[in-house]
Amino acid sequence: MEGAERIASNRNGRGYLAERGWRSWAFTLDHKRIGAMYLWTTIFFFLVGGVFALLLRLELLSPQARYFSNHTYNVFFTLHGSMMIFLFIIPAIPSGLGNFFIPLQLGARDVAFPRLNLASYWVFAAGFLVVIGSLVAPMDTGWTFYTPYSAKSAAAVTTLSLGIFLLGMSSILTGLNFIVTIHKLRAPGMTWYRMPLFLWGMYATSIIQVIATPVVGVTFLLLAAERVFGVGFFDPSKGGDPVLFQHFFWFYSHPVVYVMILPAMGIVSEVIPVFSRKPIFGYKAIAWSSMAIALGGFLVWGHHMFTSGMSPLANTIFSLMTFFVAVPTAVKVFNWTATLYKGSITFEAPMLYALTFIFLFIVGGLTGPFLGALATNVQLHDTYFVVAHFHYTMMGGTVMGFFAGLHYWFPKMTGRMLNEKVARTAWALIFVGFNVTFFTMFIVGVRGMPRRYAEYLPKFQVENVVSTIGSAVLALGILVMCWNLLQGLRKGAPAPANPWRALTLEWKAASPPETENFHEIPVVTEGPYGYGIPKA
Amino acid sequence: MATGSRRRETAMSVPATEHHDPAVAFEAAKLGVWTFLATEVLLFGALFTAYTVFRMKYPEMFRVEHAKLDRVLGAVNTVVLITSSLVVVLGVDAIKRGKARLLEAYFGATILLAGVFLCVKYAEYAAKFHHGLYPRTNLFFSLYFVMTGLHGIHVLAGMGLLSYVIVLSRRGRLSEAWHTPAEMSGLYWHFVDLVWIYLFPLLYLIG
Amino acid sequence: MDNVLAFGAASTQAGRVDALFVMIAVIGGFFFFLTQGMLIYFAVKYRRRLPDRDNETPAITGSPLLEFLWVLIPSIVVVVIFYYGWRVYTDQRIPVAGATEVHVNARQWMYEIRYPDGRTAINEIRVPAGKPVKFLLSAADVLHGFYLPDFRVKMDMIPGRVTTLWVQPDRPGSYQIFCTVYCGTGHSNMLARLIVMPPREYAEWVEHGGREVGGGGGHEPLAVRGERIFRNAGCLNCHAIDGKEKIGPNFRGMYGSKVLLEGGASVTADEEYLRESIVDPGAKIVKGYPNVMPTFKASMPPEDVKAVVEYLKMLK
Repeated sequence: MEGAERIASNRNGRGYLAERGWRSWAFTLDHKRIGAMYLWTTIFFFLVGGVFALLLRLELLSPQARYFSNHTYNVFFTLHGSMMIFLFIIPAIPSGLGNFFIPLQLGARDVAFPRLNLASYWVFAAGFLVVIGSLVAPMDTGWTFYTPYSAKSAAAVTTLSLGIFLLGMSSILTGLNFIVTIHKLRAPGMTWYRMPLFLWGMYATSIIQVIATPVVGVTFLLLAAERVFGVGFFDPSKGGDPVLFQHFFWFYSHPVVYVMILPAMGIVSEVIPVFSRKPIFGYKAIAWSSMAIALGGFLVWGHHMFTSGMSPLANTIFSLMTFFVAVPTAVKVFNWTATLYKGSITFEAPMLYALTFIFLFIVGGLTGPFLGALATNVQLHDTYFVVAHFHYTMMGGTVMGFFAGLHYWFPKMTGRMLNEKVARTAWALIFVGFNVTFFTMFIVGVRGMPRRYAEYLPKFQVENVVSTIGSAVLALGILVMCWNLLQGLRKGAPAPANPWRALTLEWKAASPPETENFHEIPVVTEGPYGYGIPKA
Repeated sequence: MATGSRRRETAMSVPATEHHDPAVAFEAAKLGVWTFLATEVLLFGALFTAYTVFRMKYPEMFRVEHAKLDRVLGAVNTVVLITSSLVVVLGVDAIKRGKARLLEAYFGATILLAGVFLCVKYAEYAAKFHHGLYPRTNLFFSLYFVMTGLHGIHVLAGMGLLSYVIVLSRRGRLSEAWHTPAEMSGLYWHFVDLVWIYLFPLLYLIG
Repeated sequence: MDNVLAFGAASTQAGRVDALFVMIAVIGGFFFFLTQGMLIYFAVKYRRRLPDRDNETPAITGSPLLEFLWVLIPSIVVVVIFYYGWRVYTDQRIPVAGATEVHVNARQWMYEIRYPDGRTAINEIRVPAGKPVKFLLSAADVLHGFYLPDFRVKMDMIPGRVTTLWVQPDRPGSYQIFCTVYCGTGHSNMLARLIVMPPREYAEWVEHGGREVGGGGGHEPLAVRGERIFRNAGCLNCHAIDGKEKIGPNFRGMYGSKVLLEGGASVTADEEYLRESIVDPGAKIVKGYPNVMPTFKASMPPEDVKAVVEYLKMLK
């Protein structure tokens, strides 16, 4: 970056956090505050969703119903999935860390439409309030809400549909805002190829959000219309097709897994160079692979439906497309690994989580082909193999990426440093606990245990007990991590502006940043990964 | 940039934006609206997909049922909406020449025409209910009510948007130099019109 | 025994799926060790040893050759895996000529089976070994699934549609059937079995009207026969006989007791009440339970109903 490092200083040490009072938060137009509100909210729902998961694992200690009824178990897995997906993993990185850091990394003062940004948070809040409201008659449909069961269910499906519609609207508004921000508000001199890779990831994510989410919005509208007005698109007794619901649902829900993973991959692309002191290997490949994943992700939704009676031709095309979308993902893994080559690597918490992302995502990714290949999919679909696969990619992937981002950017957001020892302890518990919890699910899935089973055959008990033990360790690790974050907020050592000696623009702002981010908008003359000695 | 502060805008001047550069702000607004319209295409696109799926599955039923729609009223509504789009264009043109009062008149006329559209739709819906044709009656009418219903909601929202632009103009905030809300609302209105131009033949005309 | 990766355990088809599984596992394993290995190796080998010289790393930004290779090779690998996945799948979907067609209709929470000769059964399908079978699957109410893990095949069961699945069972045995599409409270209790019999035994079974198995004959006590029918009909999916609460009322001590019904009336659970509950379950609903029990009027002949009632009388 041009010129000497001009570390902005805080006038009163509090930066954007200085102004107090609930109104300064509720009516804020500051992207940093909006991002912070999203972070608090989504982490809260992560913990609630996690409690449901622990209850599931408790019940799964015994093959027969023991602590609660099968119906209750079924409600719990529906709530676990729905909360984790709609209230945590979709919004957490984009609307949380993205809101906070996109303008900072661009060298801008805010997003393109600050009022729309605030609106997106309140629409999100309305959404989660309605979703919570639907708990008066909780549903057991699974987070996928397949018809006809969801259309006939006595539970508050209509209310929940409205809630999810609102959450989707919030997602669309955020994506729209980010697309315009990235196009129009880059600092002078910041060409597309000088953007940090987190922004490429967020850009691709925003495109998916904007294109895919309306379809799920309509899907839930139609589900509500079926329940309230007797509209029959998915009702076989009216000539409708229950599988049409699945097509609409997965047209969104497959691309949305890329909404989940691309931001996390963006964070990994930021952390690896900083903690290896090397430029990212293959910048353009990583940038364009994000776009390729976003585009390709729209062409594969049928791989969730290979056993739904689709024609063999359709199945074939979806299987082929699924394999193609794997290639840009693999490219990223190779590039990150190559970045480590001849680096000078340290293992602070952000780096531990980033490396963990790569490790666990490889496992999740390599179990994908079993599901993408038609014949093995038929065997493994709707078994615990799938549950293991998506937990490795979504939790081993996105959540680890989220944790990496939280630890990496904690000093910038709060002006305080985290206790590194405690962070590493938490990490170790999480890593061990995660693998023990979820690896056994691959085994039990291949052995034939179906998913969404409140009661199971006794021959599957050993793996289930092991998995539950793992979940206890995982939960402990997460609690330690959360405790560490809270302690850091209150008592962490004051953070310098650039504790990691990184080169992206957010580190030029103070820790925490002033409301207007930069005293002067920086001028950019080179890319953000200029570590090491260039070849002569 | 203070948190949540409202900027005082004076009449006939370019309002200061958070971005300090009106050209960037205008480009941003345009990109924003076009991106939003893309989401709307996907929203209606899902319904058009459902329409295609069921038309291909039940061609005979579609042929029989679509005849129960009133083509005359449908055609009237088409003319009304196309006219309203023209009027919106005239309104945006007016403010580009600094004629705020004229903008308000044209946008007011657009809202009136939109109101006519909704009244005609109300009459159509009432007639259908009177004949025992409801969303639950069959798939054709499910599609008819859902698609025209969603479209109607968008017309209503558009009326709100245009009213807001009129309010802005009456407060003297729009001028030859700055009239972004007028132009952006116009874009949205054209989209609403375009959706109807697809709905009308698909629902009313094709046998 | 799980039959996991036991080649050809239940059918040759299953063996081919297993071969594909192993192929993917081997390729995946290779890339796993390669990538994880490099990751861990580099992380360890290039850990920072000289803190004040960490800006002396080489600024390597890419390598066109390497990047080309690691796009090309994975692309080829995935196409190969796709191809074999497609091959085995396609063979799986083409039914062999001369397959017996068995209709299976799922409803919450049981499978109703109908054989070509009109025989019906609940939750139990019997076929002879060595002959291909084509299942014609449908559902009465919501989506269900039909999963034969030992054969490595499954297919969804969709209301308003008929989907098909075919298998060639080679080895006699009793194979698990699971429901794999979430269908409500009884989803994990919706278990059934595919019983593959040696051809001679199968022929005998068919000759005996395709109902009773093995011993019994005419001298079997009614209640014993009733218990057998009870267990085969899927009643335990929703009812318990040991006092536990399931979807439907518990049967222990039910006979002769006073039953409180929805609407406030109460009735004594005599033989007629038990009989009616089987053939017309909606007539009297026990208070606090949902009206979801299907009727067995068509699938259970009167003498079988009688036998089940006799059995239920004995549950204390």
